[in-house]
Amino acid sequence: MKRSGAEILIDCLKEQGVDTVFGYPGGSVLDIYDALYRDGSIRHVITAHEQGAAHAADGYARATGKVGVCFATSGPGATNLVTGIATAFMDSIPLVAVTGNVGINFLGRDSFQEIDITGITMPITKHNFIVKDVNELADILREAFRIANSGRKGPVLVDILKNVQIAQAEYEAQKPQPVVRKPVPASALTQTVTAIEQSERPLLMVGGGAIASEAGAEVKALAEKLNAPVAVTLMGLGAFPASHPLFMGMIGMHGTHAAAKTCMQSDCIIAIGTRFSDRVALNRDRFAKDKTVVQIDIDDAEIDKNVAATHSVLGDVKETLKTLLPLLKQVNARPFAEQAKAYKAEEAAKAKAPELGHKILMEAARLAPKGSVVATDVGQHQMWTAQYYPFEKPRELLSSGGLGTMGFGFGAAIGAAFGTGKHVILVTGDGSFNMNLNELSTAVTNQLPITVLLMNNKALGMVRQWQKLFYARRFSQTDVRKKTDYVKFAESFGAVGLSVSKEEDIVPALTQAFNTPSPVVIDCRISEDENVLPMIKPGQTYDTIITEWEER
Amino acid sequence: MNHYTISALVANKSGVLTRVSALFARRGYNIDSLSVCATEDPAFSRMTIVLNGDEYILSQMMKQMDKLIDVKKIKRVEHEAVTRELLLVKVKTDAKTRSQLFELSQIFRANIVDVSPDALIMELTGKPVKLDGFVNMLMPYGIMELARTGVTAISRGNACIKDEADYKEKI
Repeated sequence: MKRSGAEILIDCLKEQGVDTVFGYPGGSVLDIYDALYRDGSIRHVITAHEQGAAHAADGYARATGKVGVCFATSGPGATNLVTGIATAFMDSIPLVAVTGNVGINFLGRDSFQEIDITGITMPITKHNFIVKDVNELADILREAFRIANSGRKGPVLVDILKNVQIAQAEYEAQKPQPVVRKPVPASALTQTVTAIEQSERPLLMVGGGAIASEAGAEVKALAEKLNAPVAVTLMGLGAFPASHPLFMGMIGMHGTHAAAKTCMQSDCIIAIGTRFSDRVALNRDRFAKDKTVVQIDIDDAEIDKNVAATHSVLGDVKETLKTLLPLLKQVNARPFAEQAKAYKAEEAAKAKAPELGHKILMEAARLAPKGSVVATDVGQHQMWTAQYYPFEKPRELLSSGGLGTMGFGFGAAIGAAFGTGKHVILVTGDGSFNMNLNELSTAVTNQLPITVLLMNNKALGMVRQWQKLFYARRFSQTDVRKKTDYVKFAESFGAVGLSVSKEEDIVPALTQAFNTPSPVVIDCRISEDENVLPMIKPGQTYDTIITEWEER
Repeated sequence: MNHYTISALVANKSGVLTRVSALFARRGYNIDSLSVCATEDPAFSRMTIVLNGDEYILSQMMKQMDKLIDVKKIKRVEHEAVTRELLLVKVKTDAKTRSQLFELSQIFRANIVDVSPDALIMELTGKPVKLDGFVNMLMPYGIMELARTGVTAISRGNACIKDEADYKEKI
């Protein structure tokens, strides 16, 4: 059957089961948008800005586990995707970004809205393509989806020239290739099993790889079989239930004191789908000194990259754990696990009364509709969410871990709302919110059930906190003190605006928001001196953890 | 710091060299040379890279390169492999020095490929150290310009890069 390039694109998306695309039309994608219109079966969400579309496709992928798809036109449309693609790349999120480009006769002549987007995105995509021949288009798109969703997942960009969108080619529908996860043979795990069995004080350190591989059940089974405490990274939150007695909380720069102590005293770290980033290992040379490190990862380049592994397994987390579990003996009594639980209890007992921001998150967790998805931006509110909101299941938290993208949250929340149909809570700060608040219009247009908890301290709190700690309280450009009235702002966009300035306001505001099936912005007026603690300074070791400091 | 030689079979497509060199730049790998050539199979090109670094950098670089979709096979070239480089060098000359240069070329088994009244071009193939030695000897005569291809290498015996395992198919 002869089809135009634009039609082949839409047909290939349907082959892959794509139901929603986030994007923004423009001159070089007119034919694609025309084919989309004529086909009519794919839902397209127009965002306020292409960055929002990229983050929405990313949020859709994080919340559903499917590949997210976004469209943008050439030139500025394509460059506006860049931060979104980089965010997905750093967190290994499967994404297919489709851009149009000028026709072949205009390529390389600095034509209007021409940009070398494949050149620009080369270091932030798993792979990218520029399509110059319509006969190659269908197979390139299939390959793009396969690459995005296999191995260590990641974003793929396909740049389609305008003339390719118009040109005709033979097209025949194909079934999508299922993602094959290679089983891991028991023979690859001999040393790992011995190391784990010889260890008295094993700690499971679980990262985003466990979520990407849908290995929540296997991680839980491993922890229970070994009776080993579990610490998760920011990207791993939800991979192990927060309510589980073996859960130690988040590990790293702003991780719990219990996780830090448990980690320091462990003799064996079982790292599952985690890459020992500088925000987790902090001091990569001393992090695992004198410990056995067992590393399970699907990306060979992550093994030994930051922290040298004593034993490593190259493979999918779920497949590895499926092979590993029957090889291990059930451990019923483990003094180390009891010690870890005691650390956790001790930390809880010592905890100071939660401040307003923390309290809002704790109440939100209590009152939110079951199964709600939480998206965050980047900064203090993000760390508070990681610390105070209990995540029970994978894909409940969507947060930019690797790139740390302020402005990620709103797009991600929109993508999650479309992908899951669930209530979405966006926890943001006034700094991050101002970066992409234009997307409130998208949320309102589509009447999405999104509750925005805007942690408004009129400051760039995380940077300000570093200035307190490292720059003698010289608050350079962080006491922003915007005069924005966020309640009126929300109302002007057609959303509901509420505010919380004291504890009594919390429950009524949250109750109203959670019972509203459309966007609600809650201006949470918190103190600029609510800090994120504990904290370990960059490059330091876990024993230097700061658990409190006196405000001057 | 050590020198390591790596061979890679890559897809014969435009942009592959950019992907590889951009990876080196981004990750901060220092390379001494990189050469690309056609192979017996038109679908593939062969890259030979000389890396300046340590075992950690070598291992990271090979793993990171292996992740590139267009890199099909990658192999560390063992020390005893056949490695060669081609040198073209244009040297100043006159009636007095021409015979001395001719003598030098014989010692190094270089070929004189172009002669003009005040310059000549010599061609030499060999291991990079041999080329270095030759260049050193020519310095006093005045090197006008010089071009080296970078190292290319192939392992001895019947082992072929095509037989290497493909990382992307392992997982």
